[in-house]
Amino acid sequence: MGMTVTEKILAAHAGMEAVEPGQLINARIDLALGNDITAPLAIKEFRQLGVKKVFDPARVVLVPDHFTPNKDIKSAEQAKILREFAREQGLEYYYEVGRMGIEHCLLPEEGLVMPGELVIGADSHTCTYGALGAFATGVGSTDLAAAMATGECWFKVPETILLRYYGKLRPWVGGKDLILYTIGDIGVDGARYMAMEFTGEAIAALSLDGRFTMANMAIEAGAKNGIFPVDEKTEEYLRGRARRPYRVYRSDPDARYAEVREYDVSRIEPQVAFPHLPENTRPISEVGEIPIDQVVIGSCTNGRMEDLRVAASILNGRRVHPEVRLIIIPGTQKIYAQALEEGLIRIFIEAGAAVSTPTCGPCLGGHMGILAKGERAVATTNRNFVGRMGHPESEVYLAGPAVAAASAVKGRIAAPEEVR
Amino acid sequence: MQPIRGTCHKFGHDIDTDAIIPARYLNTSDPLELARHCMEDADPEFPGRVKAGDIIVAGKNFGCGSSREHAPLAIKAAGVAAVIAASFARIFYRNAINIGLPIFEAPEAAAGIEGGDEVLIEPDKGLITNLTKNETYRMVPLPPFMQELMDAGGLMAYVARKVKDRV
Repeated sequence: MGMTVTEKILAAHAGMEAVEPGQLINARIDLALGNDITAPLAIKEFRQLGVKKVFDPARVVLVPDHFTPNKDIKSAEQAKILREFAREQGLEYYYEVGRMGIEHCLLPEEGLVMPGELVIGADSHTCTYGALGAFATGVGSTDLAAAMATGECWFKVPETILLRYYGKLRPWVGGKDLILYTIGDIGVDGARYMAMEFTGEAIAALSLDGRFTMANMAIEAGAKNGIFPVDEKTEEYLRGRARRPYRVYRSDPDARYAEVREYDVSRIEPQVAFPHLPENTRPISEVGEIPIDQVVIGSCTNGRMEDLRVAASILNGRRVHPEVRLIIIPGTQKIYAQALEEGLIRIFIEAGAAVSTPTCGPCLGGHMGILAKGERAVATTNRNFVGRMGHPESEVYLAGPAVAAASAVKGRIAAPEEVR
Repeated sequence: MQPIRGTCHKFGHDIDTDAIIPARYLNTSDPLELARHCMEDADPEFPGRVKAGDIIVAGKNFGCGSSREHAPLAIKAAGVAAVIAASFARIFYRNAINIGLPIFEAPEAAAGIEGGDEVLIEPDKGLITNLTKNETYRMVPLPPFMQELMDAGGLMAYVARKVKDRV
C-alpha cells in the first residue's frame, strides 16, 4: 500500500519503513518554535524538568512577535523571559525587535524550514510551512517544553484529505480566496485531525506566497497540517536560502486518502468570511452593503510581498475612505525594506494608511488596532471569532488583500473591480 | 481514573480558544489570573458563576483556534473538573491531556445534557450518567497511550522519567 507525503515524512522521522493513519509514533523533530505568548510557559516547564540544555541550540527558534514591540509591562516581562532564555541557551535563531518578523513569514524567509522536515511550533499557524513540503503542526507549550528537552514529539498519524484545484484563477483571486472557499465548503472542523494535501494545476500556478497563505489556514478547517508538492517554484524559493540539505517526499500514486475533493477555481470569486467563523464565506458579489471602520492588511496569513503588491496596485493614487483606518503591517523587516524599495510604502502612506513594524498585534486583538464596541473590520488575517480583534461586540470580516484594499477605499466591503 | 460528579454548564458548537480565554489577557500565564476571564467572551457571567467541581458541556469542535495552553489552564484553574464535548479540536485535546484536564468525547452526552444537570462521569466504565434526567450515555474511550500519559500525571512527568532514564 502506498503512502501519502505526510505519512512518509512521519515514518522517516520515527525511524520506520511505513506508518498508517491512527498509529501513534514518537518522532524526531527538525525544528521547534515558540513565541512571546507560548514560550514563557514552555520555558517554565522546561526548567521544572531539571534539564540544563536544549537538545540543539540551532533547532530551537524563539520569535517575540505577538505583543511586541512590548505593548505593556506584563508583555515586556514575558518577552524578557524569551530573550534571557535565548542568551542563556546560546540559541542561534532568536530574532529581536527590529530584526524580526511575524514567525511564519520569517522562518521560511530565513531558510529555516526545508521540504521533508518535521517542524513543531507552539503556535497554531505553524502549519504554514507545509507550503514548502514540510510536515509542520501547532502544539501547546508543554509539548514545546518536552521537545526542547528531548528533540522528540509524539504524534498520531493523521488521515489525509486530498484537495485538487483545477482551472484558471479569475482576476483578483488568490490563495486566500481558495482557502476561504475550501473552509466554507468543508467547515471549521471539516479536516479535524487530518492532513490537507493541496494539489492540482491551479496550485502549481500559485506563487509560494499564495501557498503559504493556504497552508497557514489549514488549522482553520481543524487540520493537523496542510502540505503542498515540492516543485520548481519551491526549489527556486529555497535556492540560496536553505540552511540545511533536504530530501523531497512525494505521495505514492496508490496512497490512501480519507476523502478527495475537486474545485474548479475558474468559478471561485474573491471570498469574504463573515463573523464569527472562517467557514461563513460568501462570494464578493453576494456580500451586500457593509460599512466598515478599519482595514488590516498583514499577518502570518497575508503579510508577504505579493500581498503588499496587490494592495498597492489598488491603493496607488487613491485615498483611504475618510471614515476608515487602514493599517498595513509587512510580515518581516526584509519584506518591509523590499516594499520600501519598490515604492509601496510611499503609496500606502500617501493613501492615508498607517504602516507598522512587523507584529501579530491586531490579528489576535493584542495591540496596534483594537476594535471598539460595535466596530467592524475587514482583515487579511485568519480568524474572525467573537472578540478576536477587540471588543466582544466588534466584528471581523476575513478577505484577501485585494478586497481589503478596495474596501479601505470605498468605506464598505467592496470588490477590487469597483476601484480599478 | 476516579469518577467525577458535578453540575454542568452548557455551551454550543465551535467554542474557540479566544472565547475560552481572550488574547487580551495573554500577557500573563498565571493560571489564577487567566481563570478570572475563563469563557468570558462566550458567557460574561461564567467566571462569577462557576464553582469548583463543575463540568463544562459543549458541542462539536470545542477548543478550535489557537494553540494557547492558557485555554485548558484557565478552565482547570477556574475549578472545572472536566469538559464533555461532542468533539474536540486537536491542539486543545492534546494540551488538555498534557496538563491533566480531564476531557471526554461523548456526542450523546453533549446532546442530552442541559445546563444545570447533575452528571456522573465514570471513565473506567466509559459511561456518563445524567442524574437529573436519569439518562446514561456512552463515551469514546481515551486511546491507551493517552491514558498512560494521564496516569503518569501529564506529559512533563512522562518526559521527566524518560530524561532520567537517559542520563
